[in-house]
Amino acid sequence: MANLTRREFLAGAAVLGAGLTPSAAQASGGRSPAPERSGVLVDTTVCIGCRNCEYACKQAHGLATPPQEAYEDRSVFARMRRPDDTALTVVNRYENPRKPGLPVTVKVQCMHCAQPACVSACIVGALTKAENGAVVWDTDKCIGCRYCMIACPFQIPAFEYHKALQPRIMKCDFCFERRKAGRIPACVEICPMEVMTFGPREELVRIAKDRVRRFPERYVSHVFGEFEVGGTDWLYLSGVDFAALQFPRLGRSPAPGVSESIQHGIFAYFIPPVSLYALLGAVMWIAKHSPESGEEA
Amino acid sequence: MDRFMRPTPLPRRFLTPGVGVLILLALNGLVFLAGRLLFGIGAVTNLSNQYPWGIWIGIDVAAGVALAAGGFTTAALGHVMHREQYHAVVRPALLTALLGYTFVALGVCIDIGRPYYIWHPLVMWNGTSALFEVGICVVIYIHVLYIEFLPVAVERFLGRVALPGPLARLNPLAERLLAALDRGLARTMFVFIIAGVVLSTLHQSSLGTLMVIAGPKMHPLWQTPILPLLFLLSAVSVGFPMVILESLLAARSFGLKPEMSVLAGLGRMTAPLLGVYLAFKIGDMFVRETFVHLATFNTASVMFMVEVLFGVVIPLRMFMSRAVLKSPALLLTASALVVAGVAVNRVDNFLIAYTPPYSLRPYHPAFGEVCVTVGFISLLVLLYRAAVLLFPVISLPDRTLSPKAKYTVHG
Repeated sequence: MANLTRREFLAGAAVLGAGLTPSAAQASGGRSPAPERSGVLVDTTVCIGCRNCEYACKQAHGLATPPQEAYEDRSVFARMRRPDDTALTVVNRYENPRKPGLPVTVKVQCMHCAQPACVSACIVGALTKAENGAVVWDTDKCIGCRYCMIACPFQIPAFEYHKALQPRIMKCDFCFERRKAGRIPACVEICPMEVMTFGPREELVRIAKDRVRRFPERYVSHVFGEFEVGGTDWLYLSGVDFAALQFPRLGRSPAPGVSESIQHGIFAYFIPPVSLYALLGAVMWIAKHSPESGEEA
Repeated sequence: MDRFMRPTPLPRRFLTPGVGVLILLALNGLVFLAGRLLFGIGAVTNLSNQYPWGIWIGIDVAAGVALAAGGFTTAALGHVMHREQYHAVVRPALLTALLGYTFVALGVCIDIGRPYYIWHPLVMWNGTSALFEVGICVVIYIHVLYIEFLPVAVERFLGRVALPGPLARLNPLAERLLAALDRGLARTMFVFIIAGVVLSTLHQSSLGTLMVIAGPKMHPLWQTPILPLLFLLSAVSVGFPMVILESLLAARSFGLKPEMSVLAGLGRMTAPLLGVYLAFKIGDMFVRETFVHLATFNTASVMFMVEVLFGVVIPLRMFMSRAVLKSPALLLTASALVVAGVAVNRVDNFLIAYTPPYSLRPYHPAFGEVCVTVGFISLLVLLYRAAVLLFPVISLPDRTLSPKAKYTVHG
């Protein structure tokens, strides 16, 4: 009887294992974002690190904002900063390996992925990818589990750890409210150097590639965000390798791909769980009615 | 083996010096828990935007779910496969699972930023989220566990309902309710038992799917598409060792004679289960060629080796030995190794393997975080003790209750 026990356990595991192979299931790749959605092209070779975008962003989102002069303080570049619950975008400075003495400054914010891991991961669907490209967060749904933070390949969502009631997930929302009113994102609007170009994503990709082709000595031949994790709606151009600017090294497959395949494999039309239920029911019936049940150890 | 074992409420006092210590630890945990509820998660934990999940998820939830696997594995063995001789361990395992999952739910409740929205996943569904799947399965499974425990409560009170004072008038009504419950439960219990096993299989594996979406943030030694299968296999193989461990500890704590024939049987079945888990774990390592990472000496490689060597290989060898199966001390050691191994595996997956691309400061659990976790575990043990004193959970030789029977260590 000990053998039967073992076999039945393995049978159960095998049923589940069969459902687990990603190839056996279709990923949710069909959920394609609106082709006419907007994006922003950030040309880091133009940025002078004035941090006006940080100021405008805080103003636009009603966050505590120091006076604009405070942003002239360049000592903040001494250490790397990340967006958090008080700042949805930050500018960091990096040494320029190609032109020493001419550092590169890079604005960081949510990349607004075409197929965002945070949207796939969110337990209650509090994060959504809007038609216009923005990945937005809904305070009425969020339970504060912070799984979006685990999932995000760019480590963007932040959390208000010091609030007991209604702590929020904080991240760039692509100025969703402003855009509803027909205005462009605050950071794009304020930028004195026109580092950022706001427009239809497809158009931006074309512009970016055009710039790279026309000025090969100015840019590395890589539009960051064109293909990374299935494409992001914010795109970056750079004069130095993106790794030197601490951009994460990411593949082309969408971040939620594998996990969703597994998920859909286990639950494919509820066939695996129902089969397992039936199998166990059969085992139970046979075991109960077999003459030797309950004998021998 | 004693043929006439019967589950009985243990005739013991609740308070002992050990219980006093547990009460203090539990109260201490509750103080820090109050801090979290009043001043936010940041007030008592070291969690940050880089490390959003800490030991409350890694230990209280992930390891907690795994270690409650004794509930569904023994239910499968005792009820589904109808192995009568193991029925003595089904109830203690059920109680452990019930308490374990209750505390998993509590752990989730305090870890999420908005505990008062805990009901949201019930109405706001996101089918692509592995967390949603885990959440829904756990919620249903908790209910199944309480339903599975109902017969034990009914058995305790059926025929001896004695409500105090003016409520005594309700006694006949309560009796009739219990009797109806008794009949109904006996007829329908198989539905819940099978559902419990299916639900466990589902969410134990989905727990492994959780970290898959973290992609390159997960150390390659752990990041694999078969994580759900590994989580399921490890949960299945930790089920019996957890029951053995708990049974031996309870026997020692209550001064009972351990049911060695039953426990040895469970131990014998553990070896092949651990073997399958090990085969997949090692196989996966070779398929993805991640063994190269073991050549680097760092926290990840050391933890991986500890997890596999002490948590799987050594206890696997021990469970295959006749001498180990006969000796309570060795059986306890082997079981404790598996239990610790799976707990370490969950901590590895959720904490050690997780490395954010931009880490401004490392994560170490704060004092308050540890206190809450320790407090929860203490509270769980206290509730277990109270439950076995109150309800017929642990089996004693029928009619010959022998409270002074000494627990002895052989070999």
